[in-house]
Amino acid sequence: MKAVGEPGTKELLSLEELEAAGGLRTGRKHVLSILVEDKPGVLTRIAGLFARRGFNIDTLTVGPTDDLSISRITLTVDGALHPIDQVTKQLHKLINVLKIRDLEPNDTVTRELAMFKVAVEGTQRAEVMQVCEIFRGKVVDVGRRSIILEITGTTDKVAAFEAMLRPFGLIEMMRTGEIAISRGRGET
Amino acid sequence: MRAVDAVMECLKAEGVDVVFGLPGGANLPTYDAFVDGGIRHILVRHEAGGGHAAEGYAKATGRVGVSLGTSGPGATNLVTPIVDAMMDSVPVVFITGQVRTELLGTDGFQEADTMGITMPAVKHSWMIQHPDEIPRSLHEAFHVARTGRPGPVVVDIPQDLSRADIDYQPVTDVKLPGYQPTTEGNTKQIRQAAKALASARRPVLYVGGGVVNAGASAQLRELATLDRFPVTCTLMALGAFPAPHPQWLGMLGMHGTRAANYAIDEADLICCIGARFDDRITGKLSEFAPRAKFIHIDVDPAEISKNVPVHIPVVGDARNVLTKLVAEYRALEIDSSRLDTWWERIEGWRAKHPLRYDEATNGEIKPQYLVQALYEATDGEAIVTTDVGQHQMWAAQYYHFDEPRKWINSGGLGTMGFGLPAAMGAKVGCPDATVVCLAGDGSVQMNMQELATCTQEGIDIKVVIMNNGYLGMVRQWQELFWDHRYSQVDMGDFPDFVKLAEAYGATGVRLTQSAGLIEALREAIATPGPVMVDVRVCREENVYPMIAPGQAARDMVG
Ligand SMILES: Cc1ncc(C[n+]2csc(CCOP(=O)(O)OP(=O)(O)O)c2C)c(N)n1
Ligand SMILES: [Mg+2]
Repeated sequence: MKAVGEPGTKELLSLEELEAAGGLRTGRKHVLSILVEDKPGVLTRIAGLFARRGFNIDTLTVGPTDDLSISRITLTVDGALHPIDQVTKQLHKLINVLKIRDLEPNDTVTRELAMFKVAVEGTQRAEVMQVCEIFRGKVVDVGRRSIILEITGTTDKVAAFEAMLRPFGLIEMMRTGEIAISRGRGET
Repeated sequence: MRAVDAVMECLKAEGVDVVFGLPGGANLPTYDAFVDGGIRHILVRHEAGGGHAAEGYAKATGRVGVSLGTSGPGATNLVTPIVDAMMDSVPVVFITGQVRTELLGTDGFQEADTMGITMPAVKHSWMIQHPDEIPRSLHEAFHVARTGRPGPVVVDIPQDLSRADIDYQPVTDVKLPGYQPTTEGNTKQIRQAAKALASARRPVLYVGGGVVNAGASAQLRELATLDRFPVTCTLMALGAFPAPHPQWLGMLGMHGTRAANYAIDEADLICCIGARFDDRITGKLSEFAPRAKFIHIDVDPAEISKNVPVHIPVVGDARNVLTKLVAEYRALEIDSSRLDTWWERIEGWRAKHPLRYDEATNGEIKPQYLVQALYEATDGEAIVTTDVGQHQMWAAQYYHFDEPRKWINSGGLGTMGFGLPAAMGAKVGCPDATVVCLAGDGSVQMNMQELATCTQEGIDIKVVIMNNGYLGMVRQWQELFWDHRYSQVDMGDFPDFVKLAEAYGATGVRLTQSAGLIEALREAIATPGPVMVDVRVCREENVYPMIAPGQAARDMVG
């Protein structure tokens, strides 16, 4: 008799070959681009699904598309914490969800818009504006003791900009969360 | 035409012959349409009873059940059946009344956010915003409830919109772009599955409720018998494979047989069909089937690799997939003798660990014996519903179901009070069948009121109460895991179920002695009209064997 613990089917199956280990974690950030029907409650359904299944949304943006009846949700999820495959499959079960793309980082352009209100006293103003210029940001409002800057870029760039501004005295920051579009001729 | 009359037309077009519900202010217009709508409406005594009845109807017939309630409390009373139907993949359309649109969001009288409250637990839901949407939404609701992985749906209709007149056109083209269940099954994957099965030395077919939902019992049997595969079923699938069959190992999981659980533990290949690796099946996940590779056939892609990483996934309807799998399997050269040692091992477990209990010495009725007696008294042919608790597990162990849709219980949610209304719904759906609710004395009191519905409507169900005077399953856990410290589980000798049955206009019977039990049950079941039998059983019996929560299968006790 064959010893227990020595599977008779070993040669046939291997997780790698079959690419079926969908439950495994990928360990990187994922940007999901989701087309949904513009129906009442869609966002609640998505947010509720994430909450209920214990998935964490890092950023989420919603906006119209060129088709009035369809909206696009772009959300980012940490693939180190969550099995992305479960996240997308559960999302697909929502009937208002039309299409999901888990965007490949290399084939995708992502952008985020951020605004920073920075405290500026005296000579600092010039310094802050210099930093802003280096980052190709824009000054959108100037007050007597504060200044508002705007920047668009990848999340990394926005984060770097933030790090530079913090020492000056960051009063407030607004970030939109990422939007993403795929490179090349095809639709995202 | 009035929108509510269109509702009747839609229900008829969907083949609905009966609905279960209870009216109120917000759905008065719909109830007016029932007066001459041509659809049988059964007036329940509590919306939850109606919801479970619709589930029982759906589970027994395979058709979509329909359950109605008014806004606010009517809708909130439906929440338990909705969640129950979601957990067990039961197709039910819940139609709720809602306050007038001008009152929405104002905390109006009997306003509840039905969409919000039910959203986490529905397959989908529709909030009607314009009367013209009513017919299409209803047809979409039936389509979604019935197809793919079945489930509950809610259609919430504000009172003023249901009163409107609409230009009703029959809807025949339901199209939901975001909903296209995969039902066929990928041929390449199915071929892989066939090859894996053919080379497995210690295979097990692990069968779940999906096989019942897909009507795939015949195909399952064909696959199993092509190559002497051992078969085990979850609580939801009992009857999907005939219990008397020699390849049947019994149920698996927490109160499954040792043969089934040990086979899973030592298997080298597990072919899961329409089940979902629930914790009551796997026990300690990290030690579940440690030597096995997995094939998983399921119509819901999200179930695949949810709890257990799967090697060969096949997304599709169990009947389609099994049909193809059988064909692929036939084409292979199969040497069934490779399974001889495996069967020897299984037969060893079977011989050593059959389901057993100590017989009573004092003439008392052992609860396990009650189920055996019920099996005899019904010639094993009844549709059996249960509540939740010890009686449910004993029913699963000792009533040997040989066909699907004869075993109806609340598996995923474990809803006490499910059994009686579910039996009512099953009997309405299958009027020629003997329908028995094997109830717990605690559970039955949670939806007792539906006995009035049964007597009024002449719904001939037989309720057999396994009366141990305890919330027995909780008592068992307190005994085993909480050092015998009983807390709030003793229900004493209340109520007097015989008098209660009589008060409801049903027949009440009390049985206390083991001798003659089969005949006495036979007689009670043969009594026309609803009957409630109060069977006094040994109070402190435990359900065994058992995988303690969080433990591994090989550590079964009892
Ligand atoms: C609505 C609800 N409340 C509580 C529970 C927890 N619970 C599980 S089994 C059980 C005991 C049920 O008692 P009974 O119906 O008499 O069945 P027995 O176990 O005695 O056979 C309880 C309270 C439940 N499953 N459902
Ligand atoms: Mg009890």
